[in-house]
Amino acid sequence: MDYVFKQLINALNTGSIYALVAIGYTMVYGIIRLINFAHGDVMMFGAYFAFIFATSLPFSDTAGGVILIMLLSMAAAAIMGVLIEKIAYKRLRRAPRISALITAIGMSLFLQNLALLIFKAEPKVMPALVPKTRVDFFGLDIPVLTLYTFGFSVLFMVLLTLFVRKTRPGKAMRAVSQDQDAARLMGINVNSVISLTFALGSALGALGGVFYSLSYSQVYPTLGVMPGLKAFVAAVLGGIGNIGGAMLGGYLIGLLETVTNGFLSIVWKEATRWTDAFVFAVLIFVLLFKPSGILGKHVKEKV
Amino acid sequence: MKKLTVLIVAIIVAIGLSACDSGEETIKIGVIGPLSGADSLYGVAVERGAKLAAKEINEAGGLFDKDFEVIAYDSKGQPDEGVNVYNRLVDQDEVDAIVGGTFSGVTLAIKDLAVQEGIPVLTPTATHPDVTLDADNIFRACYTDSYQGEVAAQFAIETLEATKAAVFYNIDDAYSEGLALAFIDAYEAAELTIDDYTFNANTDDYSAVLTTIQSGDYDVVFVPAYVASVGAILTQAATIDFGETIFMGGDGWDGIEGDYADVAEGFYFVNHYAKTDPAQNVQDFVANFTAEYGVAPNALAALAYDAVYALHAAFEDAGSTDRAAVIAALADLSYADAVTGAIAFDANGDPLKAITVIQVVEGTHVVIDKVQGS
Repeated sequence: MDYVFKQLINALNTGSIYALVAIGYTMVYGIIRLINFAHGDVMMFGAYFAFIFATSLPFSDTAGGVILIMLLSMAAAAIMGVLIEKIAYKRLRRAPRISALITAIGMSLFLQNLALLIFKAEPKVMPALVPKTRVDFFGLDIPVLTLYTFGFSVLFMVLLTLFVRKTRPGKAMRAVSQDQDAARLMGINVNSVISLTFALGSALGALGGVFYSLSYSQVYPTLGVMPGLKAFVAAVLGGIGNIGGAMLGGYLIGLLETVTNGFLSIVWKEATRWTDAFVFAVLIFVLLFKPSGILGKHVKEKV
Repeated sequence: MKKLTVLIVAIIVAIGLSACDSGEETIKIGVIGPLSGADSLYGVAVERGAKLAAKEINEAGGLFDKDFEVIAYDSKGQPDEGVNVYNRLVDQDEVDAIVGGTFSGVTLAIKDLAVQEGIPVLTPTATHPDVTLDADNIFRACYTDSYQGEVAAQFAIETLEATKAAVFYNIDDAYSEGLALAFIDAYEAAELTIDDYTFNANTDDYSAVLTTIQSGDYDVVFVPAYVASVGAILTQAATIDFGETIFMGGDGWDGIEGDYADVAEGFYFVNHYAKTDPAQNVQDFVANFTAEYGVAPNALAALAYDAVYALHAAFEDAGSTDRAAVIAALADLSYADAVTGAIAFDANGDPLKAITVIQVVEGTHVVIDKVQGS
């Protein structure tokens, strides 16, 4: 039982990271129908921002310092996300979707190489900002790091949900996602709504990057590739365009990985080799049998 | 018109000069290793070790009135890239011998080409058993994966008295698998408990498998992998309560004390040499290397340094840089001054030398034991 519990904790940790990153994919898709493949690389830059702040700020290993580093990295990544949209995607808003998709892939490669140029290929070791200890949390034995990852992920997801549902800018976002032209006619500034979407998505992606680098201790230019793709699978699994779906999908993918690595591997030794294959098989099955995902609505194509 | 003539003459002179330049006789040693990327730690060490040896040889007057020239190319740690740079070294630079590839995977990739062309290859660090198999011209300065894994298991069984052990290795890496299998064999031969666990090259998340390993309550967990992976594994293991379990590794752990001293504290690995070894030639090498590059040499640098000196001795024995003669000289070589232990090759081209067991203590290497191979 103890073992099952420990593995579930691992699943919550990875799941939180996937959920955070998946939200960025799903929000951008919801607003401008673009699969932003550069999102995983914004996550990577988020990790590098955290690395820079962690190694330059004097009080980085205090609890307040960790939160400050998180917020600064999120802010930096938000600015980055907005700039990416303004520079690369804005002009293509009326272009065929395939053009925008190719641009996104190009942007992803550009960001990876930019990181390679600035930070070099050798992995940077992320300082252990959060102690590697375990705490007793309401009778449960949990690593402090998972407490941070899970706690802050849920906090920011709740804040995002409230923002989208309860505030005027959130309402504007929902309006733009339903019908951009109608929203514009109603006096909504579509450009600033899109910028806001990129800022929020990138900030949450960066938070995922920060926790990824804290959990797995290293930062390197291709860090965002695999978790980015898996978060994309999570977004599709939950129903792309649906924020709640992205969160659910993220935790399900985290659970799938942990079940493969931690349980299936006990009865079947080779299972750890197949973890990535299983995750991407999910993508194929969802696209084949339920393209709208778990929480997504089936949209009839208008003629 | 006059200008054009001047230009043409200038170009011809330039070409002539550069031709003269490349015609100037040196003894060329090609070095292949990952000089960029996550594993550049290893390639750069090999390049530096080789260049230091060449520099010392040249300061002592070179050989046959020629200087040694080390030409190092980046394999990025990838077999296909290794073949590209091998071709460049052989066809374009016309090297006399090759010190490389640094990784077993890369060395295996260039093996067939090197055998066909009869180039003397002395790999400093490729530990996979197949590297020297059925290849008269390929030698290595390090011991093999299987020997290394065996000695590690022997140390775990005899000194650490570990009756229950686990192996956690990288399934995508021949080096990692080679050590793991030898370790497993030794444990099975001793009729002790051994379990194996694997990870992929492109994973960062080891937490689920580590949790499984932790639940097995092992005395020793053997992790034969390179520093980038080992560091991440030990860091994640630190958040899981492993109690008294001891982690062990092979020569891929060399350098672990740099970024991961706190999570590797008290753990053991087997290596080619220890920079804290008090022997005079070791301390001279460490001092010279540190003076040249500002960092202490790791085992790979030491092996590359030895490899260039061993080639120097072979050229001397052969009396020329003729490939066939050099290969014959290498086969009969006995080079006693090596900092990683005296080098003499067996019929395969593998050296018979002592293995050092090191414990990481407060960020430095402490020599625990030296085991001589049979």
